[in-house]
Amino acid sequence: MRPDSEAELSEMVKAAAALQITGGGTRGIGRATGAVLATTGLCGVQLYEPGALTLVARAGTPVAEIAALLASERQRLAFEVPDLRALLGRTGASTIGGVVAANASGPRRVQVGACRDALLGVRFVDGQGCVIKNGGRVMKNVTGYDLVKLLAGSQGALGVLTEVSFKVQAVPEAEVTLVAERALPQGLADLRRALGSPFDVSGAAWVAGRAMIRLEGMAGSVAYRAGKLRDLLGFEAAPADWSAVRDVTAFAGRAGAVWRLSVKPTAAADLVQRLDLEAVCDWGGGLIWLLDPTGQADVRAAVAGVGHATLIRPLPGMTAPAFPPEPPAVAALTAGLRAQFDPRQIFNPGMMG
Amino acid sequence: MDMPLPDAAIIARKSAITARLRSVLPADAVISDPAETRAYECDALTAYRCAPMAAVLPRTTEEVAAVLRICHQEGVPVVPRGAGTSLAGGSLPTADCVLIGVARMNAVLETDYDNRFIRVQSGRTNLSVTGAIESDGWFYAPDPSSQLACAIAGNIAMNSGGAHCLKYGVTTNNLLGVTLVQMDGTVVEIGGPWADAGGIDLLGVICGSEGQLGIVTEATLRILPKPEGARPVLVGFDSNEVAGTCVSDIIKAGILPVAIEFMDRPCIRATEAFAKAGYPDCEALLIIEVEGAPQEIAEQLARIKAIALQHNPVEFREAADEDQAKRIWLGRKSAFGAMGQINDYMCLDGTIPVSALPYVLRRIGEMSAACGLDVGNVFHAGDGNMHPLILFNANKPGDLERCEAFGADILKLCVEVGGCLTGEHGVGIEKRDLMSVQFNPADLEAQLRVKDVFDPGWLLNPAKVFPLEATASRRGAGASPHTPRIFAQRG
Ligand SMILES: Cc1cc2nc3c(=O)[nH]c(=O)nc-3n(C[C@H](O)[C@H](O)[C@H](O)COP(=O)(O)OP(=O)(O)OC[C@H]3O[C@@H](n4cnc5c(N)ncnc54)[C@H](O)[C@@H]3O)c2cc1C
Repeated sequence: MRPDSEAELSEMVKAAAALQITGGGTRGIGRATGAVLATTGLCGVQLYEPGALTLVARAGTPVAEIAALLASERQRLAFEVPDLRALLGRTGASTIGGVVAANASGPRRVQVGACRDALLGVRFVDGQGCVIKNGGRVMKNVTGYDLVKLLAGSQGALGVLTEVSFKVQAVPEAEVTLVAERALPQGLADLRRALGSPFDVSGAAWVAGRAMIRLEGMAGSVAYRAGKLRDLLGFEAAPADWSAVRDVTAFAGRAGAVWRLSVKPTAAADLVQRLDLEAVCDWGGGLIWLLDPTGQADVRAAVAGVGHATLIRPLPGMTAPAFPPEPPAVAALTAGLRAQFDPRQIFNPGMMG
Repeated sequence: MDMPLPDAAIIARKSAITARLRSVLPADAVISDPAETRAYECDALTAYRCAPMAAVLPRTTEEVAAVLRICHQEGVPVVPRGAGTSLAGGSLPTADCVLIGVARMNAVLETDYDNRFIRVQSGRTNLSVTGAIESDGWFYAPDPSSQLACAIAGNIAMNSGGAHCLKYGVTTNNLLGVTLVQMDGTVVEIGGPWADAGGIDLLGVICGSEGQLGIVTEATLRILPKPEGARPVLVGFDSNEVAGTCVSDIIKAGILPVAIEFMDRPCIRATEAFAKAGYPDCEALLIIEVEGAPQEIAEQLARIKAIALQHNPVEFREAADEDQAKRIWLGRKSAFGAMGQINDYMCLDGTIPVSALPYVLRRIGEMSAACGLDVGNVFHAGDGNMHPLILFNANKPGDLERCEAFGADILKLCVEVGGCLTGEHGVGIEKRDLMSVQFNPADLEAQLRVKDVFDPGWLLNPAKVFPLEATASRRGAGASPHTPRIFAQRG
């Protein structure tokens, strides 16, 4: 199924028994079943005002199209859309709606927040075929409940997104990365010091024995801050590929299960050492990607109390749910929301467990 | 502004209900004497007043849960209150409610610089969160002008913003986790000191839900290292249009000031008369503040100056020292007080796309002339969050109503140009009946369904946010409207 309009989508939803919502089909985390509903027919940028830093696009618009349009005005989506195709072994073109449904956010999270923080408004079709809008296209909006946040990261469980609006960002004129060879505990400790400094770090990652700190902004300011951090931590400027951090290319094409952990940063080093797995760390240790060659590690037990883990790429035969189990009171609220917005349980059945 | 008729059956059971409350709280934490409950009869929207049936002042999450369990069993509506500075009537009680004030819950529970968060009880005031960490070089970014008084609880409920939110975001962008007590007494922990709360973003919908989904008792907040310094410049223009274009050009150039504030001529004149900050007498004035080390500040200001000079400002004033910087902010900071000297005022906070600024200001001027009430505009221009201050005389019969009607027209205009009714103050009772201007019935119904999940009995702050007729069936039958206004006074 591939509706070309919100109205057509609404009719399809009303008639459907089970729908697996796909944008570009580039993510596919979890184990959804049902008839495939492609959002790619709902595409096109509706509004772009560079002077107001706002962009409104239909949900099926390819991310690449949006990135190119923004680049023509030297602007971008601040939260750095990850491209996990190589990691997940998929092809296809990511859609902006899929990005929002996954709240997919890259290294700049430590400075500007996640996709949800840049999202100003949504339109979506709920499980009964109702078209609902929330938020809008302005930067500050507290009118009614914030369903915009609720939909960001909802993995399609509450509705099919049809339109999304964003606050975008001007591309800064300068960027520099400072690098040092560091063992994990010391590397992460250095990254936390950088994040705890006034020097406005926009990336803090550790990959394969190298700690990396990114600074962006006006040329003079970047040079000044780089000098300060160099003195403080002993890092040196070096070329760096932040898209490799963002896309976890270190694990692409390699056998094993891939986990994504959101944790308290100071717990990261110990956690990785206890599990004894290869790790890529971002967000100063707040985000950990783990490669488990055998799929045997009890990652969920290890992370209890300091964060949570999502199984991004399971090995065949693994039975752990993709999304972290929730405490009963939280699970009851989540289930309640799903029952309200998708009473017939037609969206992505089986995905969020 | 109507409120539902209080439930006489509940009021008749007042002594039994307060006795139950006393059984779970210390004696000094339950207030039921009408002379004392008067202290909670209104928030900063002082035109509307109504004392609660009882007020309770718990000190712990467990006490809040115990109170809510009782109210839930008794079917008593609950109105949560932080510091009572809401401008929208968010914490206005009803005569049949138990008001739960969290002001005594003001402890810092945990400070963790390495992980960049602070955990506090929700009654702690906004400014004292920063106060607890600033000597170590840290701060909590969202800075409502009311920050000396307002509580984190109210900030979370309203998703409050402030002048510096242009760079740092509003409350929701700085909130990592909450402890929430649901109406039936269930305690839920959501999020924590990690970046993603995980699962469906409950935290995101709780923030800004105006006390209708649960009572927030504790909060984990993101904190930031203090920048090395900050400095403002003042730029005067002889047209609103040009000032608006200048804002847009600065933003587009990729400079990220921490604040861009805008004042129009009526507001400039009023503040000059009041605070004598030495502002130029011009049509529009911008205050732009940047942060960083001295050389970073100089770099940004040079860029801003180059852009501003292209628009032929009548004045471009830099601050050579701390004292001059203070003088630049002085007028802006006293703007509300200055307008209050002239008359009573009503402060709106609709947001518009920055590009619509000149048109909206022109229309507000025309509407002001037509209805005969003066209006001054002072607002956060970088994000289009307007703050029109409408002057009226509360002691003149009919003036408040005229002012409210004018305010409603301004807010409708904001929605018409692609904006919204409220950018940071919340809906409360004030904008409740305008919600259908911005949302169609399906949009509203979707929001009501969220409340159905958290508070199926519709007991928490039930008469707020949504038009009364839209919620009547949920709030229970027999809820015919009446007007709680006792008197209006200078706000
Ligand atoms: C002079 C002045 C200037 C202001 N400037 C700004 C500004 O710059 N930016 C801005 O955003 N706002 C501003 N405000 C509005 C107001 O200060 C904010 O809305 C503030 O966040 C309210 O906090 P409070 O603690 O006083 O909340 P209250 O007024 O007590 O309550 C506000 C809402 O929160 C709910 N609530 C309170 N406690 C809880 C709880 N524990 N759990 C759940 N819900 C709860 C209440 O029911 C109510 O709906 C200003 C107000 C004044 C008077």
